[in-house]
Amino acid sequence: MSRQNALELAQLTKKYGETIAVDGINQLIASGTYTCLLGPSGCGKSSTLRMIAGHETVSSGDIVLAGTNITDLPPARRGTAMMFQNYALFPHLSVIDNVAFSLKMKGIARDERRAQARTLLELVDMASYGDRLPAQLSGGQQQRIALARALITSPQILLLDEPLSALDPFLRLRMRSELKRLQLSLGISFIHVTHSQDEAMALADQIIVMNGGRIEQAGTPHEIFDAPRTEFVARFMGGHNIIALDGAKYAVRADRISLASVPLAAGRDAVVKAIEYLGTTVNVSLDMEGAPEITATVSDSAFFAAPFEAGQSVSVAWQRADAHELAA
Amino acid sequence: MEPRSRSFYLLGAFFALFILFLYGPTITIGILSFQGPGGGLTFPMRGVSLNWYRELFQQQAVGDIWGAFFRSLVLGLMVMVTTVVVSVMGGLAFRRKFRGSTPLFYLIITSLTIPSILVSLGIGLIFSQSGLDVHWATSGFGAQLTWTLPFGLLIMFAVFNRFDKSYEEAARDLGATPWQTLQHVVLPIIGPSLIGVALFGFTLSYDEFARTLLTAGSYNTLPLEIFGMTTNVTSPVLYALGTMTTLFSFIIIGVFLLIARISQSRRAAMGSDAGKGLV
Repeated sequence: MSRQNALELAQLTKKYGETIAVDGINQLIASGTYTCLLGPSGCGKSSTLRMIAGHETVSSGDIVLAGTNITDLPPARRGTAMMFQNYALFPHLSVIDNVAFSLKMKGIARDERRAQARTLLELVDMASYGDRLPAQLSGGQQQRIALARALITSPQILLLDEPLSALDPFLRLRMRSELKRLQLSLGISFIHVTHSQDEAMALADQIIVMNGGRIEQAGTPHEIFDAPRTEFVARFMGGHNIIALDGAKYAVRADRISLASVPLAAGRDAVVKAIEYLGTTVNVSLDMEGAPEITATVSDSAFFAAPFEAGQSVSVAWQRADAHELAA
Repeated sequence: MEPRSRSFYLLGAFFALFILFLYGPTITIGILSFQGPGGGLTFPMRGVSLNWYRELFQQQAVGDIWGAFFRSLVLGLMVMVTTVVVSVMGGLAFRRKFRGSTPLFYLIITSLTIPSILVSLGIGLIFSQSGLDVHWATSGFGAQLTWTLPFGLLIMFAVFNRFDKSYEEAARDLGATPWQTLQHVVLPIIGPSLIGVALFGFTLSYDEFARTLLTAGSYNTLPLEIFGMTTNVTSPVLYALGTMTTLFSFIIIGVFLLIARISQSRRAAMGSDAGKGLV
């Protein structure tokens, strides 16, 4: 986690006319890490990625990679490579020529560039597909080719724009673990844009949650999920209750809320509104003063040992340490 | 199967009539071109023969059919190449909005709405007034371009509308210069559409009449020659010629389709058993 090879965003801003897409963000991304830019659509995460890639001009601010200011460099000279959402494989070129494309542009001879491309195809387990056209491959295969094509430029950072969104759920899980494995074995940084919390939590060393062009919170998946700093992060990550108490707002994880039919110590009164059975857990929706919409997540064994039913009066409690005060 | 409604049969019959109207005359001319040696320009057929085709190839007294054919062929190819090159460049230019792009676009399209004969008259006058030689390869060529270029540009608009910009970004990401991107990515991807533009440019030129009428000078193109013949040739040679030129057009279209087919199957021949692998 050396700072020398890190990527640094300084007051990075993107304006489209009067609209501010990215609003002066500052962030350090350590080298050799997996980072997810997470947020709803229009939050500025894609614009940020595209500015890092050099496909979007920077309105103001700087992008520094390994001590070099790359803000105004062309995409291919930044030490970054991008994998596009739809993969953008060239439809008229065979798989091997797609992967070798950047070498061809550099004027490297055909045999040499094909040999290098073959090495990359082996890395992504696609060695036997070199003669195919992209249209003859499945979505997952196309993604591997897009990865190989980006990695052949030996980037310090691989930028991935919603890489898993075009895949079906089964493939998505599979490619997810593949991406993580690849990042670990290559030892370079991956920056991955996604709107899926699950994806970000499963993959990232660091999650950067964005909203309205600003960074809401950056940290490890555990920090972000366990202790959201703002109401937006708590709601976006899910699994949290927002409770207003004494003029402040707190986030309490749904699975940290205790329920009992008898009064608990420091307990609050609530009424059970609905029960949702989810298999390993059961969600109990409650109506409580100061929090008309809170949910307690109870393990199924605990629930069935002492079941609740709608309309029942219960006592609700949580540990003081589990209530995280939210920034206004 | 559901029984068809009455309107289906009514509209179907109407459509059949329309098709007959569209192709009936051409087919009639085709049939009459095989008229016997003693036959005339109309039915009935007096025997069946290739007599009129023979006469066509025997360089007869009237006109210069073969000269006109080769002029039309050369002019068609000139117009085709120019239309493809200029339309692609124009299409590329119009991908980005620039100052005055909308008025410029209307200015280009207006050329399609001005009556062809006026365009022809104007160009012919300008050439003769400024002392330039009115010739099919100069003024005629220019006059035909006023017809084919707007069409070509409109096709390129449609092509680039569907063109995914991320191909170009990917090429740039992989270190391609703008010129390399055009050469190795954009042109190969839009290539099949260019065959369409080329075919369009050629056929529009090959049978162009009105705009060429007053701009071709002393040597006629084929449509002008045929028109001339209708006034002074009174034998089915005219039909033989008409049938031949129609066939030639079909051959040209066939050749283009073949080129498109070959380039496609060459891609597909690289092997397809997609789905064999797991992921």
